[in-house]
Amino acid sequence: MKIFLHLIKDGLGAALIGGKRYHFWMGALTLLMLFGAFCYSVQLQEGLAVTGMSDRVSWGLYISNFTFLVGVAAAAVMLVLPTYVLKDTDFSRAVLIGEGLAVAALVMCLAFVVVDLGGPARAWHLIPVIGTFNWPNSMLAWDVLVLNGYLFINITIPMYILYTRYRGKTPDKRIYIPGVLISVFWAVGIHMVTAFLYAGLPARPFWNNALLGPRFLASAFAAGPALIILVLEVIRKYTEYSIADTTIRKISMVVTVAAQINLIMLFSELFKEFYFPTHHSSSAVYLYFGLDGKNALTPWVYTALVLNIVGTGILTLNSLRKNFKWLSLACILLFIGIWIDKGMGLIIPGFIPGPWGKVVEYAPSWVEIGVTLGVWAMGCFVFTVLVKAAIPIETGKMRYKGS
Amino acid sequence: MENSKNQAHSCGGQCSCGSKKDGVNQVFEKKSDRRGMLKQLGLGFFTAAAAVNSSCSVTSGEDSKAKADMNWEEYFKGNYKLMSKEERLETIGRLERLYEVNNGTKINVSSKDAHQDVLYGYAFNISKCQGYMDCINACVQENNQDRSSEMQYIRIHEHQNGQMNFENADDNFFHEVPASGHFYMGTQCYHCENPPCVEVCPVEATWKEKDGIVVIDYDWCIGCRYCMAACPYDGRRFNWNEPQVPEQEVNKDQHYLGNRLRKKGVMEKCTFCVQRSRSGKNPACVEACPTGARIFGNLLDPESEIRWVLENKKVFRLKEDLGTEPKFWYFMD
Repeated sequence: MKIFLHLIKDGLGAALIGGKRYHFWMGALTLLMLFGAFCYSVQLQEGLAVTGMSDRVSWGLYISNFTFLVGVAAAAVMLVLPTYVLKDTDFSRAVLIGEGLAVAALVMCLAFVVVDLGGPARAWHLIPVIGTFNWPNSMLAWDVLVLNGYLFINITIPMYILYTRYRGKTPDKRIYIPGVLISVFWAVGIHMVTAFLYAGLPARPFWNNALLGPRFLASAFAAGPALIILVLEVIRKYTEYSIADTTIRKISMVVTVAAQINLIMLFSELFKEFYFPTHHSSSAVYLYFGLDGKNALTPWVYTALVLNIVGTGILTLNSLRKNFKWLSLACILLFIGIWIDKGMGLIIPGFIPGPWGKVVEYAPSWVEIGVTLGVWAMGCFVFTVLVKAAIPIETGKMRYKGS
Repeated sequence: MENSKNQAHSCGGQCSCGSKKDGVNQVFEKKSDRRGMLKQLGLGFFTAAAAVNSSCSVTSGEDSKAKADMNWEEYFKGNYKLMSKEERLETIGRLERLYEVNNGTKINVSSKDAHQDVLYGYAFNISKCQGYMDCINACVQENNQDRSSEMQYIRIHEHQNGQMNFENADDNFFHEVPASGHFYMGTQCYHCENPPCVEVCPVEATWKEKDGIVVIDYDWCIGCRYCMAACPYDGRRFNWNEPQVPEQEVNKDQHYLGNRLRKKGVMEKCTFCVQRSRSGKNPACVEACPTGARIFGNLLDPESEIRWVLENKKVFRLKEDLGTEPKFWYFMD
């Protein structure tokens, strides 16, 4: 326990040290978080009326970001599995980063759910035993369970590994491999459950399709590792933590395959919606062409389409993928493309047109955007602190000195 | 001892959930040493949250102390569905007292349960409705809906003759009615026998009562709006802001699951005017309709008007393919 406290202390100490750029980065994040907190206080005071949401479009930017980030969290598994189970040591240096990313993404997910609640003070009604937990009927109850479980797993495994390394010992495989195996299934689980949250609603034909779950997985395994590649590039450029080219190459293969599958599924969806459009295609028509002269999302979705196609194209060409500049570009394109496609591009059209065909559009308010920026800043902050603390332990620079 | 007894009766015969499900009412039940229980449970966070919650607008004196205590107990009360009879009466007592302390006038909140052998149903005569919207006004007044956001449970859709496509209908018209060449259809919560909104609620804050009315516990709802996404009929409304009803316009005849005053951040919807229907009256919309287009009654009573309509008219329901089994039928003369 004492050693653990030392670990926390040393870790936080490491997170406080850095160059000018680092302090600027953390300072900017803090400012954004404060701005977000201010916006949230306005929302708490006035109610959700200060957002762009309404009875017609009752979920917006918050739930869009939540959905996207569940995917980012789930993607950590693409690094965990080969490293710990298949003994592919190439990934081992990246895996802690991946798990840190999962933790940060989950913190953001939970924050987005909380800021979306009308009565956050009553959120304790969700706690099993103390509240009434509508499990197994409600997919949201499932989601609360799996997300918190996944957060627990992704905190404990790296903690155990770092803790043993900190003491100068080697982590015992018999202890962490079972946890890793569980987390692999769990990661797929969190994403499928989140997809089922939407797919289980016959009231919203746009979501009510069997492809939603698999497509969530494909897009997650493209966007998540794409973000990890970008982060690894930054880390190996600005810290002494070295990451081999082959590691990034291998992750880029994961991104490529996932992005290709994602595109195939997207085209399959487009075919179904537009080959013979029915009443149930109205949401897709609104998204891609506009309805009743209203087309706020159309520019966004075409941007996403272009970004996804170009990004996947770059990755598919061997010569471009092997060039790190092109790879980074493709990762950025894919990340943004999927963020649009799976965030606003998925959630908002589910409500448009409404159950009786009314087309009322949605645009986030400034308060909503402020809170969203704040939550993202918080996620980046958490991630940076975690990585800053983990790197010296991994490289062996930070060890328990004893008393 | 007392705790286990209450657990066994915690559903009050209201639901089919069985008695094993727990609620905060069971946990926090022991009134004698509430604070001790809190410490035991280590719920420091909730304590703080509740303190903040109850300290708002506290000034000084006996009254405000009592008020703070009541707010505190209100914050920690359980799900109405799982409350015992006594607990229901206690919370209603607190709500009535709080309203009196805050506004100086009295309200009467009922906790009347569903009657035996009653299942409510509703029929809408398309031939008669002229789009006057008296139903909407009566509904707003009866059910204390937020005036500032002009919340309405009922929507009247104006269709053009020759089609019944809701996408082409107008539910937001401001002109003289009836407009020639048009007909009107009202929609609201259909009180489905198989309600998807109830299925998805993560905290069981909404459920179907024995008489078929789908209700919401406004104090248990956390405002996630999942039910709203799940409803295929646009039957639910959300309090995006603090609801405002001028004191003199407040309908003081209330029901816990019906028209009592809501707060910001919770769902609400049509309850077939549970405060009226369980007292043997028609819902406000039925009473207010000047053309007699709205018919309400007990589906289990062979002599009721609603049964006569179902047996003698060609009735239909909307979006039947979804399998939600609405208890709301349309028909024509």
